[in-house]
Amino acid sequence: MNVNGLTIDAARAAIAERKTTAAALVEAHYACIASVDDASDPAKIGAYLVLSKERASAKAAQIDAMAAKGDTLPPLAGVPVGIKDVMCTRGVRTTAGSKILGNYIPPYDCTAVARMEAAGAVVLGKLNCDEFAMGSSNENSAWRPVRNPRDLSRVPGGSSGGSAAAVAADLAVATLGSDTGGSIRQPASFCGVVGLMPTYGRVSRYGLIAFASSLDHIGPFTKTVKDAATVLKVIAGRDPMDATSAETPVPDYVADLNKGVRGLRIGVPKEYFGEGLDGEVRAAVEAAIQKLASLGCEIKPISLPHTKYAIPVYYIIATAEASSNLARFDGVRYGYRAKDAKNLSQMYRRTRDCGFGAEVKRRIMLGTYALSAGYYDAYYLKAQKVRTLLTRDFEEAFKDVDAIVTPTSPTAAFKIGEKSDDPLAMYLADIYTVTADLAGVCGVSIPCGETKDKLPIGMQILGKHFDESTILRVGHAYEQAA
Amino acid sequence: MKVTEKDVAYVADLANLELSDDERARMLRDLNSILGHIDNLNELDTANVPPMAQVSELYGVDKTKAGSERFIYAAREDVIEGLRKSLPHDEALANAPSTDGTYFKVPKVIER
Repeated sequence: MNVNGLTIDAARAAIAERKTTAAALVEAHYACIASVDDASDPAKIGAYLVLSKERASAKAAQIDAMAAKGDTLPPLAGVPVGIKDVMCTRGVRTTAGSKILGNYIPPYDCTAVARMEAAGAVVLGKLNCDEFAMGSSNENSAWRPVRNPRDLSRVPGGSSGGSAAAVAADLAVATLGSDTGGSIRQPASFCGVVGLMPTYGRVSRYGLIAFASSLDHIGPFTKTVKDAATVLKVIAGRDPMDATSAETPVPDYVADLNKGVRGLRIGVPKEYFGEGLDGEVRAAVEAAIQKLASLGCEIKPISLPHTKYAIPVYYIIATAEASSNLARFDGVRYGYRAKDAKNLSQMYRRTRDCGFGAEVKRRIMLGTYALSAGYYDAYYLKAQKVRTLLTRDFEEAFKDVDAIVTPTSPTAAFKIGEKSDDPLAMYLADIYTVTADLAGVCGVSIPCGETKDKLPIGMQILGKHFDESTILRVGHAYEQAA
Repeated sequence: MKVTEKDVAYVADLANLELSDDERARMLRDLNSILGHIDNLNELDTANVPPMAQVSELYGVDKTKAGSERFIYAAREDVIEGLRKSLPHDEALANAPSTDGTYFKVPKVIER
Protein backbone atom coordinates (compact mmCIF):
# COMPACT_ATOMS: atom_id res chain seq x y z
CA MET A 1 0.00 0.00 0.00
CA ASN A 2 1.23 3.48 -0.87
CA VAL A 3 1.82 5.35 2.38
CA ASN A 4 2.35 8.79 0.84
CA GLY A 5 -0.02 11.20 2.55
CA LEU A 6 -1.66 8.30 4.42
CA THR A 7 -3.91 9.63 7.20
CA ILE A 8 -5.29 7.98 10.33
CA ASP A 9 -8.80 7.70 8.88
CA ALA A 10 -7.53 6.17 5.64
CA ALA A 11 -5.23 3.70 7.42
CA ARG A 12 -7.91 2.58 9.85
CA ALA A 13 -10.56 2.29 7.12
CA ALA A 14 -8.26 0.29 4.83
CA ILE A 15 -7.62 -2.19 7.64
CA ALA A 16 -11.29 -2.39 8.66
CA GLU A 17 -12.34 -3.01 5.03
CA ARG A 18 -9.58 -5.64 4.70
CA LYS A 19 -7.94 -3.73 1.82
CA THR A 20 -4.67 -3.98 3.69
CA THR A 21 -3.41 -5.26 7.02
CA ALA A 22 -1.73 -3.55 9.94
CA ALA A 23 1.26 -5.82 9.29
CA ALA A 24 1.48 -4.62 5.68
CA LEU A 25 1.35 -0.98 6.78
CA VAL A 26 4.17 -1.62 9.23
CA GLU A 27 6.24 -3.28 6.49
CA ALA A 28 5.57 -0.43 4.07
CA HIS A 29 6.71 2.13 6.62
CA TYR A 30 9.84 0.21 7.54
CA ALA A 31 10.65 -0.02 3.83
CA CYS A 32 10.41 3.78 3.53
CA ILE A 33 12.55 4.19 6.64
CA ALA A 34 15.22 1.88 5.22
CA SER A 35 15.31 3.75 1.93
CA VAL A 36 15.26 7.44 2.97
CA ASP A 37 15.83 7.63 6.73
CA ASP A 38 18.57 5.15 7.74
CA ALA A 39 20.27 6.82 10.71
CA SER A 40 23.60 5.13 9.92
CA ASP A 41 23.80 7.07 6.63
CA PRO A 42 24.58 10.73 7.38
CA ALA A 43 23.20 11.82 4.01
CA LYS A 44 19.73 10.52 4.87
CA ILE A 45 17.05 12.07 7.08
CA GLY A 46 17.94 10.30 10.35
CA ALA A 47 14.58 10.68 12.10
CA TYR A 48 14.51 7.25 13.76
CA LEU A 49 17.13 6.31 16.35
CA VAL A 50 15.70 2.89 17.22
CA LEU A 51 13.15 0.68 15.46
CA SER A 52 10.88 -1.35 17.76
CA LYS A 53 10.17 -4.10 15.22
CA GLU A 54 9.09 -6.84 17.62
CA ARG A 55 6.73 -4.57 19.48
CA ALA A 56 5.31 -3.27 16.19
CA SER A 57 4.70 -6.70 14.70
CA ALA A 58 3.03 -7.99 17.88
CA LYS A 59 0.66 -5.00 17.96
CA ALA A 60 -0.05 -5.24 14.23
CA ALA A 61 -0.89 -8.96 14.59
CA GLN A 62 -3.32 -8.12 17.40
CA ILE A 63 -5.09 -5.50 15.24
CA ASP A 64 -5.19 -7.83 12.24
CA ALA A 65 -6.78 -10.56 14.37
CA MET A 66 -9.45 -8.08 15.48
CA ALA A 67 -10.09 -7.01 11.89
CA ALA A 68 -10.30 -10.64 10.75
CA LYS A 69 -13.00 -11.31 13.34
CA GLY A 70 -14.88 -8.19 12.26
CA ASP A 71 -14.49 -6.53 15.67
CA THR A 72 -15.06 -2.79 15.98
CA LEU A 73 -11.61 -1.28 15.67
CA PRO A 74 -10.30 1.30 18.16
CA PRO A 75 -9.63 4.86 16.92
CA LEU A 76 -5.95 4.35 16.03
CA ALA A 77 -6.22 0.71 14.94
CA GLY A 78 -3.14 -0.27 12.97
CA VAL A 79 -1.90 3.30 12.66
CA PRO A 80 1.93 3.31 12.46
CA VAL A 81 3.33 5.94 14.82
CA GLY A 82 6.71 7.13 16.06
CA ILE A 83 7.57 8.41 19.51
CA LYS A 84 10.01 11.19 20.42
CA ASP A 85 12.94 9.70 22.30
CA VAL A 86 12.12 11.67 25.48
CA MET A 87 9.14 9.40 26.21
CA CYS A 88 9.80 6.16 28.05
CA THR A 89 8.96 2.91 26.25
CA ARG A 90 9.18 -0.29 28.24
CA GLY A 91 11.95 -2.50 26.89
CA VAL A 92 12.83 -0.10 24.05
CA ARG A 93 15.96 2.02 24.40
CA THR A 94 15.15 5.62 25.33
CA THR A 95 18.03 8.12 25.28
CA ALA A 96 16.46 11.60 25.24
CA GLY A 97 19.02 12.26 22.51
CA SER A 98 21.77 12.12 25.15
CA LYS A 99 24.90 10.03 25.67
CA ILE A 100 24.17 10.01 29.39
CA LEU A 101 21.13 7.78 28.68
CA GLY A 102 22.79 5.97 25.78
CA ASN A 103 21.96 2.50 27.12
CA TYR A 104 18.79 3.23 29.09
CA ILE A 105 16.00 0.65 28.76
CA PRO A 106 12.94 1.98 30.61
CA PRO A 107 11.04 -0.44 32.85
CA TYR A 108 7.72 1.31 32.18
CA ASP A 109 5.72 3.14 29.48
CA CYS A 110 4.92 6.83 29.28
CA THR A 111 1.14 7.28 29.78
CA ALA A 112 0.70 9.00 26.39
CA VAL A 113 2.44 6.11 24.62
CA ALA A 114 0.40 3.54 26.55
CA ARG A 115 -2.82 5.35 25.59
CA MET A 116 -1.79 5.43 21.91
CA GLU A 117 -1.15 1.68 21.93
CA ALA A 118 -4.33 0.96 23.89
CA ALA A 119 -6.16 2.79 21.09
CA GLY A 120 -4.56 0.48 18.52
CA ALA A 121 -1.52 2.47 17.40
CA VAL A 122 1.57 0.54 16.30
CA VAL A 123 4.83 2.01 17.62
CA LEU A 124 7.47 1.79 14.88
CA GLY A 125 10.33 3.26 16.88
CA LYS A 126 11.90 6.18 18.71
CA LEU A 127 12.55 9.53 17.10
CA ASN A 128 15.64 11.68 17.21
CA CYS A 129 15.54 15.02 19.02
CA ASP A 130 17.73 17.65 20.59
CA GLU A 131 19.40 16.37 23.75
CA PHE A 132 16.83 16.50 26.58
CA ALA A 133 14.61 18.47 24.17
CA MET A 134 16.96 21.46 24.42
CA GLY A 135 17.28 23.07 21.03
CA SER A 136 15.52 24.55 18.03
CA SER A 137 17.27 22.71 15.19
CA ASN A 138 17.89 19.09 16.24
CA GLU A 139 21.63 19.76 15.93
CA ASN A 140 21.98 19.18 19.69
CA SER A 141 21.21 15.45 19.38
CA ALA A 142 24.14 13.48 20.75
CA TRP A 143 23.62 10.95 17.95
CA ARG A 144 23.28 12.94 14.73
CA PRO A 145 21.34 15.89 13.34
CA VAL A 146 18.04 15.21 11.59
CA ARG A 147 17.74 16.53 8.04
CA ASN A 148 14.63 18.35 6.80
CA PRO A 149 12.86 16.05 4.30
CA ARG A 150 11.93 19.06 2.16
CA ASP A 151 15.57 20.17 1.81
CA LEU A 152 18.22 17.86 3.22
CA SER A 153 20.70 20.73 3.70
CA ARG A 154 18.34 22.35 6.21
CA VAL A 155 17.31 21.67 9.81
CA PRO A 156 13.87 20.15 10.54
CA GLY A 157 13.49 22.47 13.55
CA GLY A 158 13.62 21.32 17.12
CA SER A 159 13.57 19.94 19.52
CA SER A 160 11.06 17.38 18.13
CA GLY A 161 12.80 17.43 14.72
CA GLY A 162 12.61 13.67 14.22
CA SER A 163 8.88 13.63 15.03
CA ALA A 164 8.16 16.37 12.47
CA ALA A 165 10.46 14.93 9.78
CA ALA A 166 8.98 11.43 10.15
CA VAL A 167 5.44 12.66 9.44
CA ALA A 168 6.62 14.96 6.63
CA ALA A 169 8.47 12.09 4.91
CA ASP A 170 5.64 9.55 5.43
CA LEU A 171 7.77 7.50 7.82
CA ALA A 172 4.81 7.40 10.24
CA VAL A 173 1.16 8.37 9.97
CA ALA A 174 1.42 10.32 13.24
CA THR A 175 4.06 10.92 15.89
CA LEU A 176 4.29 12.25 19.42
CA GLY A 177 6.58 15.10 20.37
CA SER A 178 7.04 17.41 23.31
CA ASP A 179 6.89 21.20 23.50
CA THR A 180 8.59 23.25 26.23
CA GLY A 181 9.31 26.45 24.28
CA GLY A 182 8.00 25.61 20.81
CA SER A 183 9.46 22.15 20.24
CA ILE A 184 6.29 20.81 18.57
CA ARG A 185 5.02 23.86 16.70
CA GLN A 186 8.34 25.17 15.30
CA PRO A 187 9.47 21.86 13.71
CA ALA A 188 5.91 21.28 12.41
CA SER A 189 6.21 24.66 10.71
CA PHE A 190 9.69 23.88 9.29
CA CYS A 191 8.61 20.48 7.92
CA GLY A 192 5.14 21.42 6.63
CA VAL A 193 3.00 19.27 8.94
CA VAL A 194 0.44 19.85 11.70
CA GLY A 195 1.86 20.10 15.23
CA LEU A 196 -0.38 20.53 18.28
CA MET A 197 0.68 21.67 21.74
CA PRO A 198 -2.27 20.99 24.06
CA THR A 199 -3.00 23.09 27.15
CA TYR A 200 -0.63 22.47 30.08
CA GLY A 201 -2.18 19.63 32.07
CA ARG A 202 -4.32 18.33 29.19
CA VAL A 203 -1.99 15.38 28.50
CA SER A 204 -0.21 13.48 31.26
CA ARG A 205 3.55 13.98 31.46
CA TYR A 206 4.11 10.67 33.28
CA GLY A 207 7.03 8.92 31.60
CA LEU A 208 8.22 12.06 29.80
CA ILE A 209 11.87 12.63 30.69
CA ALA A 210 11.56 16.01 32.38
CA PHE A 211 13.19 19.14 30.97
CA ALA A 212 11.20 21.99 32.59
CA SER A 213 8.26 20.61 34.52
CA SER A 214 6.08 23.74 34.55
CA LEU A 215 6.45 24.07 30.76
CA ASP A 216 6.63 20.54 29.33
CA HIS A 217 3.75 19.35 27.11
CA ILE A 218 3.23 16.20 25.02
CA GLY A 219 1.35 16.54 21.74
CA PRO A 220 0.90 15.04 18.26
CA PHE A 221 2.35 15.65 14.79
CA THR A 222 -0.01 14.66 11.98
CA LYS A 223 -0.67 15.22 8.30
CA THR A 224 -4.10 16.79 8.86
CA VAL A 225 -5.83 18.81 11.58
CA LYS A 226 -8.48 16.10 11.87
CA ASP A 227 -5.78 13.54 12.66
CA ALA A 228 -4.40 15.82 15.39
CA ALA A 229 -7.91 15.97 16.88
CA THR A 230 -8.13 12.18 16.77
CA VAL A 231 -4.80 11.68 18.55
CA LEU A 232 -5.51 14.36 21.16
CA LYS A 233 -8.80 12.65 22.08
CA VAL A 234 -6.83 9.46 22.72
CA ILE A 235 -4.00 10.91 24.84
CA ALA A 236 -5.87 13.66 26.76
CA GLY A 237 -7.36 13.35 30.24
CA ARG A 238 -6.55 12.98 33.90
CA ASP A 239 -3.82 10.52 34.89
CA PRO A 240 -3.34 9.81 38.59
CA MET A 241 0.38 9.34 37.89
CA ASP A 242 0.76 13.04 36.99
CA ALA A 243 -0.56 15.37 39.67
CA THR A 244 -0.58 18.28 37.21
CA SER A 245 -2.83 16.48 34.72
CA ALA A 246 -6.21 18.18 34.78
CA GLU A 247 -9.59 16.70 35.57
CA THR A 248 -11.25 18.90 32.93
CA PRO A 249 -13.51 16.67 30.74
CA VAL A 250 -12.17 15.72 27.29
CA PRO A 251 -14.54 16.87 24.52
CA ASP A 252 -15.03 15.11 21.18
CA TYR A 253 -12.46 17.15 19.25
CA VAL A 254 -13.25 15.42 15.95
CA ALA A 255 -17.00 16.07 16.13
CA ASP A 256 -16.30 19.68 17.11
CA LEU A 257 -14.34 20.26 13.87
CA ASN A 258 -17.53 20.57 11.91
CA LYS A 259 -19.01 23.41 13.93
CA GLY A 260 -17.61 25.90 11.39
CA VAL A 261 -15.84 29.18 12.02
CA ARG A 262 -18.38 31.80 10.95
CA GLY A 263 -18.50 34.55 13.56
CA LEU A 264 -15.39 33.43 15.44
CA ARG A 265 -13.25 36.36 16.54
CA ILE A 266 -9.58 35.98 15.52
CA GLY A 267 -6.98 38.21 17.16
CA VAL A 268 -3.86 39.27 15.29
CA PRO A 269 -1.21 40.56 17.75
CA LYS A 270 0.91 43.35 16.30
CA GLU A 271 3.94 42.25 18.34
CA TYR A 272 4.21 39.09 16.21
CA PHE A 273 4.49 40.96 12.93
CA GLY A 274 7.37 43.31 13.71
CA GLU A 275 11.11 43.43 13.16
CA GLY A 276 12.78 40.13 12.34
CA LEU A 277 9.80 38.57 10.57
CA ASP A 278 10.78 37.28 7.14
CA GLY A 279 8.81 38.91 4.30
CA GLU A 280 7.67 35.66 2.70
CA VAL A 281 6.48 34.29 6.05
CA ARG A 282 4.59 37.51 6.73
CA ALA A 283 2.90 37.43 3.32
CA ALA A 284 1.83 33.79 3.71
CA VAL A 285 0.40 34.28 7.21
CA GLU A 286 -1.39 37.49 6.19
CA ALA A 287 -2.90 35.66 3.22
CA ALA A 288 -4.05 32.87 5.57
CA ILE A 289 -5.68 35.46 7.84
CA GLN A 290 -7.48 36.89 4.78
CA LYS A 291 -8.68 33.38 3.98
CA LEU A 292 -10.08 33.05 7.52
CA ALA A 293 -11.85 36.39 7.05
CA SER A 294 -13.40 35.10 3.82
CA LEU A 295 -14.69 32.08 5.78
CA GLY A 296 -16.62 34.41 8.08
CA CYS A 297 -14.14 34.97 10.92
CA GLU A 298 -14.00 38.43 12.38
CA ILE A 299 -10.35 39.61 12.34
CA LYS A 300 -9.36 41.93 15.20
CA PRO A 301 -6.00 43.65 15.75
CA ILE A 302 -4.85 43.00 19.33
CA SER A 303 -1.80 43.57 21.50
CA LEU A 304 0.18 41.20 23.74
CA PRO A 305 2.35 43.98 25.13
CA HIS A 306 4.91 41.94 27.07
CA THR A 307 5.82 39.62 24.18
CA LYS A 308 9.38 40.92 23.85
CA TYR A 309 10.14 39.74 27.39
CA ALA A 310 9.10 36.15 26.71
CA ILE A 311 12.51 34.87 25.60
CA PRO A 312 14.38 36.22 28.65
CA VAL A 313 11.68 34.87 30.99
CA TYR A 314 11.73 31.51 29.26
CA TYR A 315 15.50 31.09 29.36
CA ILE A 316 15.55 31.75 33.10
CA ILE A 317 12.59 29.57 34.09
CA ALA A 318 13.28 26.70 31.71
CA THR A 319 16.97 26.51 32.60
CA ALA A 320 16.32 26.83 36.33
CA GLU A 321 13.88 23.92 36.20
CA ALA A 322 16.25 21.96 33.96
CA SER A 323 19.19 22.42 36.33
CA SER A 324 17.06 20.84 39.04
CA ASN A 325 15.53 18.07 36.87
CA LEU A 326 18.88 17.04 35.39
CA ALA A 327 20.49 16.68 38.82
CA ARG A 328 19.21 13.08 38.78
CA PHE A 329 21.75 12.08 36.11
CA ASP A 330 24.56 11.08 38.42
CA GLY A 331 25.76 7.73 37.07
CA VAL A 332 24.28 5.72 39.94
CA ARG A 333 20.83 4.33 39.12
CA TYR A 334 20.86 4.37 35.31
CA GLY A 335 22.79 5.64 32.35
CA TYR A 336 26.42 6.34 31.67
CA ARG A 337 29.08 6.34 34.42
CA ALA A 338 32.60 7.70 33.92
CA LYS A 339 35.27 5.10 34.63
CA ASP A 340 38.22 5.33 37.01
CA ALA A 341 36.93 8.08 39.28
CA LYS A 342 38.81 8.17 42.60
CA ASN A 343 35.77 9.04 44.71
CA LEU A 344 32.04 9.66 44.50
CA SER A 345 32.25 13.39 43.90
CA GLN A 346 34.68 12.97 41.01
CA MET A 347 32.50 10.22 39.55
CA TYR A 348 29.45 12.56 39.52
CA ARG A 349 31.42 15.34 37.85
CA ARG A 350 33.15 13.26 35.22
CA THR A 351 29.93 11.37 34.43
CA ARG A 352 28.07 14.64 33.85
CA ASP A 353 30.99 16.24 32.00
CA CYS A 354 31.23 13.36 29.53
CA GLY A 355 27.54 12.46 29.44
CA PHE A 356 26.00 15.87 28.70
CA GLY A 357 26.51 17.87 25.50
CA ALA A 358 27.48 21.54 25.26
CA GLU A 359 23.95 23.02 25.12
CA VAL A 360 22.73 20.94 28.06
CA LYS A 361 25.72 22.03 30.16
CA ARG A 362 25.14 25.65 29.11
CA ARG A 363 21.52 25.47 30.29
CA ILE A 364 22.39 23.70 33.53
CA MET A 365 24.96 26.44 34.22
CA LEU A 366 22.55 29.28 33.37
CA GLY A 367 19.78 27.74 35.49
CA THR A 368 22.06 27.03 38.42
CA TYR A 369 23.37 30.60 38.25
CA ALA A 370 19.82 32.03 38.21
CA LEU A 371 18.89 29.99 41.28
CA SER A 372 22.09 30.59 43.22
CA ALA A 373 22.30 32.69 46.37
CA GLY A 374 22.43 36.38 45.53
CA TYR A 375 20.89 35.99 42.05
CA TYR A 376 17.59 34.26 42.84
CA ASP A 377 15.60 37.49 43.29
CA ALA A 378 17.24 39.28 40.38
CA TYR A 379 16.70 36.49 37.89
CA TYR A 380 14.41 33.63 38.93
CA LEU A 381 11.88 35.62 40.97
CA LYS A 382 11.93 38.45 38.42
CA ALA A 383 11.23 35.97 35.61
CA GLN A 384 8.35 34.40 37.56
CA LYS A 385 6.79 37.84 38.01
CA VAL A 386 7.07 38.68 34.33
CA ARG A 387 5.55 35.27 33.60
CA THR A 388 2.47 36.55 35.42
CA LEU A 389 2.42 39.60 33.14
CA LEU A 390 2.71 37.43 30.01
CA THR A 391 -0.16 35.26 31.24
CA ARG A 392 -2.28 38.34 31.94
CA ASP A 393 -1.66 39.52 28.35
CA PHE A 394 -3.42 36.39 27.13
CA GLU A 395 -6.23 36.68 29.70
CA GLU A 396 -6.92 40.23 28.50
CA ALA A 397 -6.73 39.27 24.82
CA PHE A 398 -9.05 36.30 25.21
CA LYS A 399 -11.76 38.57 26.64
CA ASP A 400 -12.20 39.92 23.10
CA VAL A 401 -11.17 37.07 20.79
CA ASP A 402 -11.70 33.32 20.50
CA ALA A 403 -8.30 32.49 19.01
CA ILE A 404 -5.07 34.27 18.09
CA VAL A 405 -3.23 33.79 14.79
CA THR A 406 0.50 34.47 14.31
CA PRO A 407 3.44 33.14 12.34
CA THR A 408 4.87 30.03 14.06
CA SER A 409 8.47 31.02 13.44
CA PRO A 410 10.01 34.24 12.07
CA THR A 411 11.67 32.34 9.19
CA ALA A 412 11.38 29.09 7.26
CA ALA A 413 13.88 26.28 7.99
CA PHE A 414 17.48 27.50 8.18
CA LYS A 415 20.62 25.71 7.00
CA ILE A 416 22.31 23.05 9.13
CA GLY A 417 25.18 24.82 10.92
CA GLU A 418 23.80 28.33 10.32
CA LYS A 419 23.09 29.15 13.98
CA SER A 420 24.78 26.33 15.84
CA ASP A 421 27.63 28.53 17.12
CA ASP A 422 25.45 31.35 18.51
CA PRO A 423 23.12 30.23 21.31
CA LEU A 424 21.34 33.59 21.58
CA ALA A 425 20.50 33.64 17.84
CA MET A 426 19.18 30.09 18.19
CA TYR A 427 17.06 31.04 21.22
CA LEU A 428 15.50 33.92 19.27
CA ALA A 429 14.12 31.40 16.75
CA ASP A 430 11.56 30.53 19.47
CA ILE A 431 10.31 34.10 19.77
CA TYR A 432 6.71 33.40 18.66
CA THR A 433 6.29 30.08 20.46
CA VAL A 434 7.67 30.37 24.03
CA THR A 435 4.95 32.71 25.31
CA ALA A 436 2.23 30.09 24.93
CA ASP A 437 4.27 27.59 26.98
CA LEU A 438 4.79 30.16 29.74
CA ALA A 439 1.07 31.01 29.84
CA GLY A 440 0.01 27.37 29.46
CA VAL A 441 -2.44 28.10 26.64
CA CYS A 442 -2.83 25.69 23.70
CA GLY A 443 -1.45 26.20 20.20
CA VAL A 444 -1.25 24.47 16.86
CA SER A 445 0.95 25.08 13.84
CA ILE A 446 -0.54 24.30 10.45
CA PRO A 447 1.04 24.66 7.00
CA CYS A 448 0.06 27.89 5.22
CA GLY A 449 2.19 27.99 2.11
CA GLU A 450 5.78 27.88 0.94
CA THR A 451 8.66 30.22 0.28
CA LYS A 452 9.91 30.64 -3.28
CA ASP A 453 12.53 27.98 -2.38
CA LYS A 454 9.67 25.55 -1.64
CA LEU A 455 10.23 25.61 2.12
CA PRO A 456 7.09 25.19 4.25
CA ILE A 457 5.65 28.12 6.22
CA GLY A 458 3.57 27.59 9.36
CA MET A 459 0.70 29.56 10.88
CA GLN A 460 0.25 29.33 14.63
CA ILE A 461 -3.25 29.36 16.14
CA LEU A 462 -3.36 29.95 19.91
CA GLY A 463 -6.37 29.27 22.10
CA LYS A 464 -7.66 29.59 25.65
CA HIS A 465 -6.84 27.07 28.36
CA PHE A 466 -8.54 23.75 27.46
CA ASP A 467 -10.06 25.20 24.28
CA GLU A 468 -8.25 22.97 21.80
CA SER A 469 -11.62 22.49 20.05
CA THR A 470 -11.64 26.08 18.81
CA ILE A 471 -8.07 26.17 17.47
CA LEU A 472 -8.56 22.81 15.76
CA ARG A 473 -11.81 24.10 14.21
CA VAL A 474 -10.01 27.16 12.85
CA GLY A 475 -7.14 25.04 11.56
CA HIS A 476 -9.48 22.51 9.96
CA ALA A 477 -11.56 25.21 8.24
CA TYR A 478 -8.40 26.84 6.86
CA GLU A 479 -6.97 23.50 5.73
CA GLN A 480 -10.20 22.56 3.92
CA ALA A 481 -10.39 25.96 2.19
CA ALA A 482 -6.71 26.29 1.26
CA MET B 1 30.93 41.38 31.95
CA LYS B 2 28.56 40.33 34.68
CA VAL B 3 29.73 36.78 35.11
CA THR B 4 33.38 36.30 36.03
CA GLU B 5 35.67 33.28 35.72
CA LYS B 6 35.26 32.83 39.44
CA ASP B 7 31.47 32.72 39.06
CA VAL B 8 31.76 30.07 36.35
CA ALA B 9 33.92 27.92 38.61
CA TYR B 10 31.54 28.39 41.55
CA VAL B 11 28.40 27.57 39.54
CA ALA B 12 30.05 24.56 37.86
CA ASP B 13 30.83 23.30 41.35
CA LEU B 14 27.20 23.75 42.45
CA ALA B 15 26.00 21.91 39.33
CA ASN B 16 28.44 19.00 39.75
CA LEU B 17 30.21 19.76 36.48
CA GLU B 18 33.97 19.81 36.00
CA LEU B 19 34.28 21.63 32.64
CA SER B 20 37.53 21.85 30.68
CA ASP B 21 39.43 25.15 30.35
CA ASP B 22 37.98 25.59 26.87
CA GLU B 23 34.48 24.93 28.13
CA ARG B 24 34.91 27.46 30.93
CA ALA B 25 36.04 30.15 28.50
CA ARG B 26 33.12 29.41 26.20
CA MET B 27 30.69 29.36 29.15
CA LEU B 28 31.94 32.77 30.31
CA ARG B 29 31.24 34.24 26.87
CA ASP B 30 27.84 32.55 26.39
CA LEU B 31 26.47 33.27 29.87
CA ASN B 32 27.37 36.95 29.56
CA SER B 33 25.76 37.16 26.13
CA ILE B 34 22.54 35.48 27.29
CA LEU B 35 22.34 37.35 30.61
CA GLY B 36 22.85 40.61 28.70
CA HIS B 37 19.62 39.85 26.84
CA ILE B 38 17.87 38.72 30.02
CA ASP B 39 18.67 42.07 31.67
CA ASN B 40 15.94 43.58 29.47
CA LEU B 41 13.53 42.34 32.15
CA ASN B 42 14.74 45.18 34.38
CA GLU B 43 12.80 47.64 32.20
CA LEU B 44 9.64 46.35 33.89
CA ASP B 45 8.43 47.42 37.32
CA THR B 46 7.23 44.21 38.94
CA ALA B 47 7.10 45.42 42.55
CA ASN B 48 3.38 44.64 42.81
CA VAL B 49 3.23 41.59 40.54
CA PRO B 50 2.92 38.16 42.15
CA PRO B 51 5.31 35.45 40.91
CA MET B 52 3.88 32.56 38.88
CA ALA B 53 5.37 29.12 39.50
CA GLN B 54 3.06 26.99 37.40
CA VAL B 55 0.06 27.11 35.10
CA SER B 56 -2.03 24.76 37.21
CA GLU B 57 -2.41 27.62 39.68
CA LEU B 58 -4.85 29.00 37.13
CA TYR B 59 -7.33 26.14 36.94
CA GLY B 60 -8.52 23.01 38.62
CA VAL B 61 -7.82 24.43 42.05
CA ASP B 62 -10.17 25.35 44.85
CA LYS B 63 -9.48 29.07 44.98
CA THR B 64 -11.15 29.45 48.38
CA LYS B 65 -8.33 27.41 49.93
CA ALA B 66 -4.74 28.40 50.60
CA GLY B 67 -1.40 26.74 49.88
CA SER B 68 -1.30 23.04 49.03
CA GLU B 69 -4.96 22.66 50.07
CA ARG B 70 -5.82 24.21 46.70
CA PHE B 71 -4.51 21.13 44.91
CA ILE B 72 -6.43 18.67 47.06
CA TYR B 73 -8.11 17.20 43.95
CA ALA B 74 -4.79 15.62 43.02
CA ALA B 75 -4.35 13.92 46.39
CA ARG B 76 -4.83 10.20 46.97
CA GLU B 77 -4.90 7.87 49.93
CA ASP B 78 -1.48 7.27 51.46
CA VAL B 79 -1.21 3.52 51.05
CA ILE B 80 1.86 1.31 50.81
CA GLU B 81 1.36 0.02 47.26
CA GLY B 82 0.17 3.40 45.96
CA LEU B 83 -1.07 3.55 42.37
CA ARG B 84 1.28 0.93 40.98
CA LYS B 85 3.26 -1.90 42.40
CA SER B 86 6.89 -1.10 43.02
CA LEU B 87 9.31 -2.43 40.41
CA PRO B 88 10.74 -5.86 41.13
CA HIS B 89 14.25 -5.58 42.58
CA ASP B 90 16.03 -6.88 39.47
CA GLU B 91 14.18 -4.48 37.16
CA ALA B 92 14.96 -1.52 39.41
CA LEU B 93 18.66 -2.39 39.28
CA ALA B 94 18.78 -3.43 35.60
CA ASN B 95 19.92 -0.06 34.27
CA ALA B 96 22.50 0.64 36.96
CA PRO B 97 26.17 0.91 35.94
CA SER B 98 27.24 -1.04 39.03
CA THR B 99 25.38 -3.13 41.62
CA ASP B 100 26.04 -6.04 43.94
CA GLY B 101 22.66 -7.54 43.06
CA THR B 102 20.96 -5.91 46.03
CA TYR B 103 22.30 -2.36 46.18
CA PHE B 104 23.61 0.29 43.81
CA LYS B 105 27.40 0.49 44.09
CA VAL B 106 29.31 3.77 44.01
CA PRO B 107 32.98 4.70 44.41
CA LYS B 108 34.35 5.40 47.87
CA VAL B 109 32.73 8.37 49.58
CA ILE B 110 35.31 8.85 52.33
CA GLU B 111 39.08 8.54 51.83
CA ARG B 112 40.94 6.73 54.57
